[in-house]
Amino acid sequence: MRFSMLPTLLSQMFKKPFTNKFPAKYTPSSTTNFLQAVSKGKAKIIPPVETPYGFRGKIEYNKEKCTGCQLCIKVCPCEAIEFKPEEKKIKIYLSRCCFCSQCNDICPFGCLTMSNEFLLADADKYSKDLIVE
Amino acid sequence: MKTQKTTKATYQVPVGPIHPALKEPVMFEFEIDGERIVDVDVSLGHVHRSVEWASRRRNSVQVLYLAERICGICSYCHPIAFARAVENAVGIEVPDRGEYLRIIHGELERMCSHMLWAGVAAHEVGFDSVLFLTWQMREKLLDLTEYLTGNRITKGITMIGGVRRDITKDMFPKIFETLNFFKDNFEKLRHVFLDDKTFKLRCQGAGILTYEDALKLCAVGPTTRASGVKKDVRVDQPYFAYSDLDIDYITPDALTGEINGDVYDRIIQRLLEVKQSIDIMEQTIDKMPSGEIVAEPKIPKLLSTLKKAEGEGIGLHEAPRGEVIHYVKLEAGSDNPYTWKVRAPTYNNILPWIPMLKGEQIADIPIVAASTDPCMSCTNRVTIVDKEKKYMLNKEQLHRKSVEKTRRMMK
Repeated sequence: MRFSMLPTLLSQMFKKPFTNKFPAKYTPSSTTNFLQAVSKGKAKIIPPVETPYGFRGKIEYNKEKCTGCQLCIKVCPCEAIEFKPEEKKIKIYLSRCCFCSQCNDICPFGCLTMSNEFLLADADKYSKDLIVE
Repeated sequence: MKTQKTTKATYQVPVGPIHPALKEPVMFEFEIDGERIVDVDVSLGHVHRSVEWASRRRNSVQVLYLAERICGICSYCHPIAFARAVENAVGIEVPDRGEYLRIIHGELERMCSHMLWAGVAAHEVGFDSVLFLTWQMREKLLDLTEYLTGNRITKGITMIGGVRRDITKDMFPKIFETLNFFKDNFEKLRHVFLDDKTFKLRCQGAGILTYEDALKLCAVGPTTRASGVKKDVRVDQPYFAYSDLDIDYITPDALTGEINGDVYDRIIQRLLEVKQSIDIMEQTIDKMPSGEIVAEPKIPKLLSTLKKAEGEGIGLHEAPRGEVIHYVKLEAGSDNPYTWKVRAPTYNNILPWIPMLKGEQIADIPIVAASTDPCMSCTNRVTIVDKEKKYMLNKEQLHRKSVEKTRRMMK
């Protein structure tokens, strides 16, 4: 055939789009208004594609188990972890984190885990959501 | 009557460093006669990011993640080449299962990269609906990557002495589902790319790299194999467990029976390599032995071994774009590698641009330039800045500088 893409294109007219329309089918004219409408229950967010098992999302920190051995600081590639000498605990800046989960692997007490949370965009890099301690 | 004599002068057209047709900064200076390219000069050095310099304050495990960020598409080949270089220097033996798992991730990345390239090639030709079709298919591979490693692009799967995650039996169905999807749709992909009139008109006979030029200019990867040169690190110097598998060089004559070395052949080459990767992945899963996945699971112990180690090593890997080489020198008593040098495959594929582009039309520049799958930021390994002034070195000066540096390192 001379134009072998044509049948695919024609059949695509009657198919649903392949992409997941997250968070809304059409771009809202105002994101703030859309989010307000969502919180009021007037609009609905189309859920994102589910993350698979073993996804590396936001780090969760179990403070009680941590002994302050600082091994995680030694392997963190982007220096996202800070040591707090008074408490002997750590503080993780997620705005620097590259989500490699190397600190999870090295932690001898298993106090660091990766959650499924990935919607971490924020205007302030030192906001509460982006600091784990 | 006097006949008027006209002299045709060539004129110059600069393309780049920032240009809509180019994805990354690189500068071409074309000498043009009418619509034909008479001469071309390439100048590099617009995206130096000092990745190697940054490695000086990081230990080998941290450098793995730095190496991952040399290139977004080759986010597996750079760390694996680095890991192989360190293993070579220290003498770490990778367990069998680790070697097989490394093949799976390597081939998965090759498929992702070639599918991405096929989409970009369609876009450069001006056929954007094929771009969307190929990238829709590539999405399946990215889903599989995410399932096996935890992330879509920056995989974070490499560890010195093996891999970080195992592939268990319950993960096999998803792998086979994806591979079967590609096998079923391969014919469709071939039909769209190779039978379509648009592609034939744009790509056949464009950007020819002859067998002799490919050999002479040391082109690597699919670029050289599309010209008929049988060069593949996986076969030439088998690493991982490639020596256990049934694998051979692939050249475009497997499908068409002839080698032209044009852009069309490079499309065929990459499509055939996707098919080969599916075959290799199936063989690997079939033959995978049981056992450990990493030589030293305790990372603090690994770090102390690396601190004591001394020596230099070289890591080779057949990346989707060709052969990637990492050189590492370790010093006893220091956590950080003493030296780390990267040679990305695009470095070798820059000079072949010149014979490819000569004699082509202006409109063919994007597709011919994209046909080697260039990755400029991986290639830029050195920039010379003195008192905020940038300058160039000629061959002798550069050679002298390299000799000086080698002597300094040998001390």
